[in-house]
Amino acid sequence: MKRVYLDHAATTPVDPEVAEAMARVLREVPGNPSSIYAEGRAARALVDRARDEVASALGATPAEIVFTSGGTEADNLALRGTLKALRASSKDHLVTTAIEHHAVLDTAHDLEGNAHVRLTIVAVDRDGRVDPAAIGQAIEERTGLVSVMHGNNEIGILQPIERIGAICRERGVTFHSDAVQTVGALPFDVRRIPVDLVSVNAHKFYGPKGVGALYVRKGTRIATMQTGGGQEKGRRTGTENVAGIVGLGTAMRLAAERRDAESARQARLRDRLIAGVRTRVPDAILNGHPTERLPNNASFCFPGTQGEALVIALDLEGFSASSGSACTSGNTEPSHVLLALGLEPSVAQGSLRLTVGRETTEADIDALLHALPPIVERLRSISAVPV
Amino acid sequence: MSQEYSAATIAHFTEPRNVGAVEDPDGKGSDANPSCGDRTTITIRLRDGRVEAARFRTFGCTAAIAAASVLTELAIGRTADEAATIDPGDLIRVLGGLPTRKEACALMAVGALRAALIDAKVKESSASIQAAKATGG
Repeated sequence: MKRVYLDHAATTPVDPEVAEAMARVLREVPGNPSSIYAEGRAARALVDRARDEVASALGATPAEIVFTSGGTEADNLALRGTLKALRASSKDHLVTTAIEHHAVLDTAHDLEGNAHVRLTIVAVDRDGRVDPAAIGQAIEERTGLVSVMHGNNEIGILQPIERIGAICRERGVTFHSDAVQTVGALPFDVRRIPVDLVSVNAHKFYGPKGVGALYVRKGTRIATMQTGGGQEKGRRTGTENVAGIVGLGTAMRLAAERRDAESARQARLRDRLIAGVRTRVPDAILNGHPTERLPNNASFCFPGTQGEALVIALDLEGFSASSGSACTSGNTEPSHVLLALGLEPSVAQGSLRLTVGRETTEADIDALLHALPPIVERLRSISAVPV
Repeated sequence: MSQEYSAATIAHFTEPRNVGAVEDPDGKGSDANPSCGDRTTITIRLRDGRVEAARFRTFGCTAAIAAASVLTELAIGRTADEAATIDPGDLIRVLGGLPTRKEACALMAVGALRAALIDAKVKESSASIQAAKATGG
């Protein structure tokens, strides 16, 4: 059976050009980038080139890019590193939102519990939007960092980070944005967006898993989380993942080249999907704002169904989708993001996230629209919850 | 495909047996899993002390649906006392295993059936008390 992969927010397949570039590094470049002889210099040159590619795609300078093991580490470095660096100046207050990825939210709670950081979590409206004024109100004298994600991984909502960043800048507070879902899909230029720290993750834009980056605007104070040989200017020490970094750089360059046309195409598929589901399952709830959302994300709740059952039933028919966040798919508790929108827990349990990608076709969407309604109907007929 | 679940579990999920509610049930019981919000309701009809019919409704995951479905099959034809001894391990065996974190789904199905059996017993005894009162006994 032909499988239709509709879970690109979880991960994307590695682009063949990226895989080839990485394989070449693994085969032909054995050196450690810190070594000063020929093999080391060859590896260093590749890391430098990848740094240029990532910087160029973000409108940054190469010195502002710190390679990490992925989005989670970038988020951890942003939150922990900033608050650690600011401890001496008594900036011990962190502001974030109720719909952040666990990498930010759980880190924030950990800092609150174990590092004497005070935490303010700003609520969102029913569409998942953060009001910039609410961020402004949450900022106080001792606020050291504000962290608001750009595009939400579950419901695709885009936050007004330009306005939030402007408020942070005016108040002299460092601003971090987890842009893991948006870099690669939408233009992201740090010369235009007043943001100091940006998390990036290669496998969300057809790069490899296990590598990402944190953009650190020049002049931003950040301490390291780990100690060792001092790589990445001491901000993220450890021998560089050369092949992964080359994969990240290549994937970033390719994404930037294809972005405008490809994102417009994906947005059309997304809109076809949303319109189709709304026609065929009239009481489906679209999660998140109808237009202010990632070009590839369609997220729904189907009252009277349970997300895991939807995912397995679709899987049996050849479709890969997810319910809530893939990180918690083993955990059937309703997603914190959906609850933050004000949905009833029993409704939030019936969530389904469909995210299209480069290889998705109109025929794939139509096949999904054909398969999904009978599954929803069947699960409702079994359900103990009156719809 | 769906390696996590056995073929028997998938079969009970895609074509569940005895979905719905028994008309004029002798007993009705529900159970829920508070950690995830799943719930199951089972209705039964007894004849001569045996489970003549059992039907279920489940709001829940693949395992919760399959467990309730297989439980109705196991319960039908047994005496009420026998049906009350069916335990989660029996369901898991018949389903060919469940992922460890899904074993609570079998417990929920069993909880709903036992609640239905108790409900039937309570109704029966209150009916006999009423009957005794009516005859002045």
